[in-house]
Amino acid sequence: MNDIASFSLAVLERPYPRFLGMRAEIEGKTLLGILPFSPHLIGNTVLPALHGGVVGAFLELTALATLSLQTGGETPRTVDLTVDYLRSARAVDTFARAEILRIGRRVANVRVSAWQANEAQPVATLRGHFLVGSAPNNPLIPAKAGTPEKAGE
Amino acid sequence: MTDVMTTDQSQIAARGTPQSNALGVDFVPGPDGADQMRVPFRDDLVGDPASGGLADGVVYTLLDQACGFAISSALRNIAGMEGRELRMGGMATLDFRIDYVRPAKAGMAVIGQAACVKISGEVAFVRGAAFETDPNDPVAVVQAAFMITSPPVVPNPVAAA
Repeated sequence: MNDIASFSLAVLERPYPRFLGMRAEIEGKTLLGILPFSPHLIGNTVLPALHGGVVGAFLELTALATLSLQTGGETPRTVDLTVDYLRSARAVDTFARAEILRIGRRVANVRVSAWQANEAQPVATLRGHFLVGSAPNNPLIPAKAGTPEKAGE
Repeated sequence: MTDVMTTDQSQIAARGTPQSNALGVDFVPGPDGADQMRVPFRDDLVGDPASGGLADGVVYTLLDQACGFAISSALRNIAGMEGRELRMGGMATLDFRIDYVRPAKAGMAVIGQAACVKISGEVAFVRGAAFETDPNDPVAVVQAAFMITSPPVVPNPVAAA
């Protein structure tokens, strides 16, 4: 794994994604988010099904990791998310892929889809806004004169 | 504490899913006598180590759980007013919209509080917020809709007519 890829996935080395057990496989300029099944992710023991919050967090982390990969900068900060739940997420591995609809100077608009057995049958989708403007090395963001943050870099 | 906290299935579910146990979700008494759901701070639940607070995903899961808890409480109240026993199946999140107003504060527990705006047939509309100490200084606010799955608890007036 090259430096850019490992740097970009630093977001997944943070404590909470490790708590979930999430990982990712880089696929060129995008990535596949992977949430291996683990019993502690269950939110409904009757079905059983993954906790809705876990599914939402996995979608969000896939968006953050994909944005980091594409911008090569700091991990973005989530502004808001809307998650639609389409099917119950069963007690199996879950996958997700993000589509970046737009990266502006400060904000990125991202859509993410998560699925289990069949990518064409998503269990949940996310759309959200993320602050990316503070990313110092972001090649997609034009350099701004007099940006106060990270002035020392 | 009032007898709002009983041992029906939804209550057990709200308190004890494997995920909420893994997060260490507990209940603390709220100002109005109703319990509030809380995630105690833990190092392995931190989002961004630079800011040191609980992760967005932890706040999300707490609020999702708090919304479900608010719905089961509302259904229990309705059943109580109608003088019948609460029998509910489950509930499924339809959509969940969350605004992360600011990062959670370093080293602090986060409390999730939600209220059922309306139960309309089989759909419940919920609003909630997460905060450390002051509900007027939220970490995140949420608005969500849930399907209440079988058995239907609130009779649909159109269907009954």
